[in-house]
Amino acid sequence: MRGGEGLVVAVVTLAGEKVLAGGAPVFVVSGSEEREKVATTLGRVLDSQVHDLGNGVYVLVKR
Amino acid sequence: MTGLFFGALARLSMLRTDYRQYPSYPHGYASHLGLGVVAAFTGAVVLPALILRELTAATFLLLVAQQLREVRDLERKTLDRMEETELVKRGAGYVEDIAKVFEARNYLTMFAALAASTLTFLGWRLLEPMGVPLFSVLGGAAAGVAVITLGRKTLDRQPLRQVARIREGKINFRGTMLYVDDIHIQEVGLAKSRDRWAKLGLGVVIEPNDDNARATLANVGQRQAIAHDSAAIMGIRKDRDTPEFTPLVRLDLDTGRAAMAIIPVEPDIAPLLAAVGSVPVIEGARTRPLATKPGRRAAD
Repeated sequence: MRGGEGLVVAVVTLAGEKVLAGGAPVFVVSGSEEREKVATTLGRVLDSQVHDLGNGVYVLVKR
Repeated sequence: MTGLFFGALARLSMLRTDYRQYPSYPHGYASHLGLGVVAAFTGAVVLPALILRELTAATFLLLVAQQLREVRDLERKTLDRMEETELVKRGAGYVEDIAKVFEARNYLTMFAALAASTLTFLGWRLLEPMGVPLFSVLGGAAAGVAVITLGRKTLDRQPLRQVARIREGKINFRGTMLYVDDIHIQEVGLAKSRDRWAKLGLGVVIEPNDDNARATLANVGQRQAIAHDSAAIMGIRKDRDTPEFTPLVRLDLDTGRAAMAIIPVEPDIAPLLAAVGSVPVIEGARTRPLATKPGRRAAD
């Protein structure tokens, strides 16, 4: 609801080349199953929401 | 005495309707009642003090009145601090609204007491020569009751169901995007979370009756209030580490309709619709573009 305050706290990706090193740590995984698992765990740990960018990259957003 | 009694009564009668916006049962009640009595006392003695030329007393009363103004600030601070602990935030708009209402209620308390005591006082003077001064208490009582009823009526907040039609909407996904009917809510990345939304989620569509209501629904604070109250009443299957299950109210930009997706503890749609319908229209969101000329011209 508080628009535009989201912060990307982590990135989980199948394809490392699609993400440049930025503010958030990048986790490269080797399959969709692992990606789902890692993203779920990170989401819980960081109290953040997992979003699928649709190109194999998941970002974890904290509001 | 009559003034004091009716002022306190006024505050008490308004306390009953408060529990949902501010669930602070025994102690919150006590402190508000205490403040209400102070306000009532202030209202009750102000006129006699002036007439009897007790100006010191009158000055003191002004001081008390000033204190009352701080009520709003106090309420706001408390609620602001509590936001941290809420799974679904009230939002700044709603907090401000609740604080405003509490302040106004204390003033009403004062007015009720003032009206009751004024009438009693005047009546007493009038009836004393006739030997029946106690009858003036009845006059005071009538004035007190009148102010309470009138005040409650004018200060009563409009529930949402009066400005919009509220009906069920279907939770559905287009790819990873969560929709209620055809209104986009949010992106849900994890397949498991999408399953959960599809299985347990409920959708509500809120259709504004006119352009005034449309402006109200567009207010972010108003929509957060809807999400908060729905979650408070229906319960919510969410914790801090699962923000994707936060109830969200989003707008359909083309029609002005709003839609909410929520995972209540009990997936019953009827009480959820009732809960949404009883959310008050918050004052900060109550704009009336239709009352202006350009607004009316833009509406057709």
